[in-house]
Amino acid sequence: MEMVAKQKLPQKILNYVLLIILTAVVLGPFLIGLWTSLLPTMDIAKGNFLSLHISLTNYVDAFQKTPILQYLGNSLWISTLTTIAQLIFCSMSAYAFVFLRFRGRKVLFILFLATMMLPFEAEIIPNFMTVKAMGLLNTYSAMIVPFLTSAFGTFMLRQSFLQMPDELKEAADIEGLGHFQFYWKIVMPYNRISLITLGAYGFLGAWNQYLWPMLTTFSNAFRPVQNGLRQLQSEETFNDWGMIQATAAIVVIPTLIVLFVGQHYFKSGMNEGAVK
Amino acid sequence: MSISLRNVRKDYDQQTKVLEKVSAEVQTGEFFVIVGPSGCGKSTLLRMIAGLTPITDGEVRINDRVVNELPPKARKLTMVFQNYALYPFLSVWDNVAFGLKARKLSQSDVQNRVNNALKMVNLTDFKNRKPRELSGGQRQRVALARAVASDADICLMDEPLSNLDAQLRIRMRQEIYNLQRKLGLTLIYVTHDQVEAMTMADHIMVLNDQHVQQIGTPAEIYQHPANEFVAQFFGTPQINILPAKRSAENSHLLTVGSNDMQVALNEEVPADQLRIGVRPDELTISRADSVDSNAVVKNTEFLGNETIVYATLNSGDNVRAVLPGQVNFRGYEPIKVQVGSHLLFFNNDGERIGLTKEEAVHA
Amino acid sequence: MLKSPATHSSTAPVTSDKAKSKAERSESGFWLNAKDKYYAWIFLGPSLLILGVFIFYPMFRTLYLSLFLTNTVGKPTVFVGLSNYINLLTSADYLSSLGVTMVYVLAVTVITIALGLILANYASKQLAGIGIFRTLFSATMGVSVSVAAIFWLFIFNPSTGFLALVSNWLHLPQINWLTDPGWAMLAVIITTVWMNLGFTFLILLGAMQSVPTTLYEAASIEGATPRYQLFHITIPMISPTLFFVSIITLIEGFKSFGLIDLMTKGGPTNATNMLVYRIYKDAFYSGNYAQASAESLILTVIIAIFTLIQFKVLEKRVNY
Ligand SMILES: Nc1ncnc2c1ncn2[C@@H]1O[C@H](COP(=O)(O)OP(=O)(O)OP(=O)(O)O)[C@@H](O)[C@H]1O
Ligand SMILES: [Mg+2]
Repeated sequence: MEMVAKQKLPQKILNYVLLIILTAVVLGPFLIGLWTSLLPTMDIAKGNFLSLHISLTNYVDAFQKTPILQYLGNSLWISTLTTIAQLIFCSMSAYAFVFLRFRGRKVLFILFLATMMLPFEAEIIPNFMTVKAMGLLNTYSAMIVPFLTSAFGTFMLRQSFLQMPDELKEAADIEGLGHFQFYWKIVMPYNRISLITLGAYGFLGAWNQYLWPMLTTFSNAFRPVQNGLRQLQSEETFNDWGMIQATAAIVVIPTLIVLFVGQHYFKSGMNEGAVK
Repeated sequence: MSISLRNVRKDYDQQTKVLEKVSAEVQTGEFFVIVGPSGCGKSTLLRMIAGLTPITDGEVRINDRVVNELPPKARKLTMVFQNYALYPFLSVWDNVAFGLKARKLSQSDVQNRVNNALKMVNLTDFKNRKPRELSGGQRQRVALARAVASDADICLMDEPLSNLDAQLRIRMRQEIYNLQRKLGLTLIYVTHDQVEAMTMADHIMVLNDQHVQQIGTPAEIYQHPANEFVAQFFGTPQINILPAKRSAENSHLLTVGSNDMQVALNEEVPADQLRIGVRPDELTISRADSVDSNAVVKNTEFLGNETIVYATLNSGDNVRAVLPGQVNFRGYEPIKVQVGSHLLFFNNDGERIGLTKEEAVHA
Repeated sequence: MLKSPATHSSTAPVTSDKAKSKAERSESGFWLNAKDKYYAWIFLGPSLLILGVFIFYPMFRTLYLSLFLTNTVGKPTVFVGLSNYINLLTSADYLSSLGVTMVYVLAVTVITIALGLILANYASKQLAGIGIFRTLFSATMGVSVSVAAIFWLFIFNPSTGFLALVSNWLHLPQINWLTDPGWAMLAVIITTVWMNLGFTFLILLGAMQSVPTTLYEAASIEGATPRYQLFHITIPMISPTLFFVSIITLIEGFKSFGLIDLMTKGGPTNATNMLVYRIYKDAFYSGNYAQASAESLILTVIIAIFTLIQFKVLEKRVNY
């Protein structure tokens, strides 16, 4: 804090100027997108960016003419279910690695570790066939089932569980708690910060899926929002820039809000995942 | 709710042998303290009684029933941990209620017990706080309340006060003692603090070097220590241990150091070569001229009501003496040190000589 | 955009294997140990099943398919050994894809880290209202691929786009950003960097803030300039994090698909036809599942190597 006092005024101003320039660079594309989403497409086409015909017409159009709400709903549903499933299954497997003793635990652990090296993108061919054989193409399940658990989540929670004091388990043993009770009544509430962090990751991860839903969904009824936007963009609306920008804005604004609200958790989660 | 240990042994593995031949009887309602230096296996022993650690060999009995194979919850006991093991996500009230609910007590029963327990440890006003909103002493009391609320009659405590500052430790010592008396708990209490052991225990078990050194009441342990280790473990400043021998001419005459002191005993000196133990307050010190003196003063510490004098005998042995009031000595001032009549005799292996079997293991 | 570690990705947390499980360290709960193996099935079962079906099985299946020729529905027909691989690695087309991907990945990583450092450096200054800037700088974390693509497609649009307009005003020559092979790659790189920036910034900022301030105080007493402090204190102190972010960015770069699909479709003339996009095209457009499987395996090997490097280095750092 003493540094603040020592900083000279011109230098302070210079810093602010630089910060504002950087902000403009980072936010530029947002601002351009948001601004044009308010302009009539005619003005955009004519290059009349400084037009004053600002309105929410594009947004109204987006809601009325495109299935953007359906897409958003699909994504919300898929992401929510995926998140809940990951929280449960990752915490369960992390529990097994931390609190259970059984033969082959090391081997299984290494197997889990190994899955983090295998990119899902390189496994789409057999997975597509699997999902097809299961009759799940063009369903929500196709986009949820493969991501019910994650090795990353298991590791993150394992790290967190390992930090718990041994005495909590011992106290639970004396109280006579079984594994399920200990897991549910103590381990889960004790690690809720990590769980929230993982939940945020899981949600955004599912929300940002692109390749897999593109392969497995063919109708707007199930298409999540990322692929929905692509659909809109490739359809006849292609040149209706104002409305396209409005759809993008509709998608990004909620995410931004979630992000700013939950920033604290992301940071702590990333630091856990990164280098301490 | 008596507990009895019979020849209990614990090896963590081939290299780490921690305890051997540990036997003891703990009576119902007794305050039993296990004491010993760090790493001697106190926690291990307590955890074996709790059932948290398996027993390599021997028997643990609770109420004359062998419980070696019984899981912790079936042993009907509670445990207070050094770091309290409070659930950070639960309020004080819920922390205390947790075990009761886990044991499926009726709701009204839980209410009553928790409220009573909180009242007993003076935490009623704090019942809605989370552990992190409490001071160290208050957390400690929550941990105690858990033990109080439980219907178990046996309570195990592993260094419950070691995280507290000195003042609070003394106060909590009192509180634990009062609670134990009031509730008639059978309490097994682990500490490495000899003062805690002396002030609270009905019986003390001294552990060291994988073995039970002695079991006895605080007075027995202090006055009749089984060996040099026990003698040195209790009492501050530490007891003086000095080499001694029987005088060749007179078998009643004891020579301490290299002729520095001579003591005439009522009975025969029990061995040719031996070591004597003298508590610092049993030493007398007088000023002497260099001819008469048998020691020089190295250092003095004035504690307000008494003075500790550190001196070196001519033989080279160091001694500590406690003198009442303020006594001034110069450094290297020659003095004459004399031992009183309360002497402990140890053989060269450090065992006390003239010890009856009864005295050695008295629980 | 947020990297999606929650979907089987390679953004590994540090896992100190030295940390034994609780059950092993203390002997607590040993009464239940005998029954633990049954519980293990219950607790691990669901995850094992999912990982088995959607990660392990496909791995082997991909390997298997890559050794055959396949028909149009992806059924293996003739065993051909390694010839799919040999064909790939001798095809100028595939090698150019590899090259294009490398250029993209390296450029994205270097630029993202450099910009991230600049942002984090300014955002870690002690100034009033700095929190607002921190929040704004991290904003692109909330941007998903398709949103980023739409924003930038408009900016790059040759007739009505923002850049076209700006160059018009400034009387600069028009650039066909997305249809000129020379520029399309740059357009994709710029968009990716922008998308990555929020995430990278946040991690680097976190690392910078955990550098003990006493180091800076000591340095400024000795008269070190802020610039000197940046290069001789900050960057060395956060080098583990820099490494971590670089590897993640690298790995994510190799897996890029969405932006390519949305912005260039691999074109123009394969200028942005990167590895994953190629797999997708070869498998689901051309029906050449065998070759796409071989490509998948090559991709897996590349990513596994980087992930292993990451594990190894981080393990060393963590365990000292
Ligand atoms: N799970 C274990 N595996 C192997 N060795 C152990 C284990 N737990 C304790 N030990 C060893 O057993 C010995 C006794 O440990 P214990 O914790 O019982 O000591 P303690 O008397 O409670 O010490 P302190 O006063 O420091 O708490 C120590 O040498 C310790 O290293
Ligand atoms: Mg201990």
